Amino acid sequence: MSEVVANASDPKIVIYTRAFVGLMQRDFRVLRREIVPFLIRVAMNPLLFLFVFTFVMPHMSGGAKLSPTASMAAAGDGGFGTVLLPGLMAVAIMFSGIAAVALPLAQEFGITREIDDRVMCPLPIGAVAIEKIFFSAIQSIFAAAVVFPLAYYIPSTPVLAHVTSWPFLIAVLILASLLAGALGLTIGTLVQPKQIGLIFGVVIMPITFLGCVYYPWAALTTIKWLQIGVLINPIVYISEGLRAALTPTTGHMPDAMILAMLLFFLVLLTLVGLRGFAKRVLS
Amino acid sequence: MNEAIVEILGLRKIYGSKNPVTAVDGIDLHVPPGLIYGLLGPNGAGKTTTISIATTRAIPTAGSVRIAGIDVVAHPALARCVIGVVPQYNTLDRSCTVFENIYFHCRYFGMTKEMATQRTSQLLNQFRLSDRASAYPQALSGGLAQRLQIARAIAHHPKVLFLDEPSAGLDPQSRIAMWEAVQGLRAEGITVVLTTHYMEEADELCDRLAIIDHGKILIEDTPVALKASVGGDIIYDLRMRGAGDGGLLEKSLAFIEGVTRVEVIEGGLRVLARVQDGLLAKVVTTANDYGLRDVTTTEPSLETVFIRLTGRDLRE
Repeated sequence: MSEVVANASDPKIVIYTRAFVGLMQRDFRVLRREIVPFLIRVAMNPLLFLFVFTFVMPHMSGGAKLSPTASMAAAGDGGFGTVLLPGLMAVAIMFSGIAAVALPLAQEFGITREIDDRVMCPLPIGAVAIEKIFFSAIQSIFAAAVVFPLAYYIPSTPVLAHVTSWPFLIAVLILASLLAGALGLTIGTLVQPKQIGLIFGVVIMPITFLGCVYYPWAALTTIKWLQIGVLINPIVYISEGLRAALTPTTGHMPDAMILAMLLFFLVLLTLVGLRGFAKRVLS
Repeated sequence: MNEAIVEILGLRKIYGSKNPVTAVDGIDLHVPPGLIYGLLGPNGAGKTTTISIATTRAIPTAGSVRIAGIDVVAHPALARCVIGVVPQYNTLDRSCTVFENIYFHCRYFGMTKEMATQRTSQLLNQFRLSDRASAYPQALSGGLAQRLQIARAIAHHPKVLFLDEPSAGLDPQSRIAMWEAVQGLRAEGITVVLTTHYMEEADELCDRLAIIDHGKILIEDTPVALKASVGGDIIYDLRMRGAGDGGLLEKSLAFIEGVTRVEVIEGGLRVLARVQDGLLAKVVTTANDYGLRDVTTTEPSLETVFIRLTGRDLRE
């Protein structure tokens, strides 16, 4: 039989590339089969959030007082919808990383050990983890693309979005998506599988609510300690990056700082995640 | 002897730094190609750790493992090209069908789509899984899941297949089916290294065996030679009434023609002998005068070998 099989004498890079592509294809096959749950998972949070805060509340009689939209709209920066557009995209990107990497890993390390088969690929173990980050990044970008039209069309007040620099937007999207995957890898490998349920309360909620998702970072200037405190939260740079790229009329951090911090957290979380992965897989 | 396809030298593995546990304590092993090679030992003897190191899933504290000439510690990714692994637990991909489990495995190892499809169909046929091709692993019985794991492990034509406790949790019928499958692999030229704590499995299936205890290899040979090392091909265990007689019976028994050895065991004596007509009658007549209560006749088994080497039962 003359099958093309990874032969130990083939160039390493060829063996590795084939294995990496194989892993990606497996992940795409599984995702395609679960596309409906995936879409629901991605769309539900922004859909309900936008519906309640930017559509229902502004329509309530006297709801103006309840709605954060009122004051922001009055301030003339496009309203709460404009703040939420990049914020909700950031949440979708971040949550895709968790759902695509951390949750499956918890299951695979804990109950089923099914990761073992993929770890036995002719590929350095780190590359198996990198593949997870890559694939998660693709899902994150897709999730962000799903959120954009929702966040643009649902709010009852017009959303002020325009892209001034496409390269900047693309750079932010790619860095943010990889960062989300690296965050998922770190969480998935550091958290004990049986405690994975806790990450919603302990990790996801705090980094979302303190991630400049529902308010721009510049607006925190009146609460200085918080404005400085949230800087250790990588989600801040995802939100602010998208804000700077999509809704620049809202105040945002300097572009260079955003890119630098996204890169910094990407490298940091990737290294921590890779170490955790190797520790889990090898004994 | 042929050049070894699996070459283990001075292998040691110590877990933990505070309360170190030595799982493997200096193992040397040379597995010639084309055999079914067994590591027999009780639970916790170090068999699984040895296999984990050989299959790149654990890092040794000292020593080396070479498979088909590749150092598995220095080049784990390359070594994985020449080995197939079936671990103790079910590691089938739950998100993929039976077909996809093998198909994507082929893809990981670089086969084209057509080749992977062809190889998968062939393996599903060979392992009689074709009618379950579109089922998910959760729907398979233990025996079928085991067969799928073996089929998947050999999909990339490895030179050596490692099976860790392959019959754990299988019903007798599935176990026999698994043995047949493994014997079929030997016929294909794949070297099989398996661990087991079932004597019958080691005896029936393996061409050569290493008996392991406390992380060390106690003895290594063919099952026939191991059993012959007991020093007889029939064993009579004599249960005696009352206390010992100061060795008188022992001496009388040793004089009987055909008896090769007499040993004291709890509650009586063990007579090892070469099979010949009338021997049992002579043994019984001799022992009867000393208060014989009961006789059991057995053939030497690997269990006897293990007890002789360790003083313990394999199941303890």
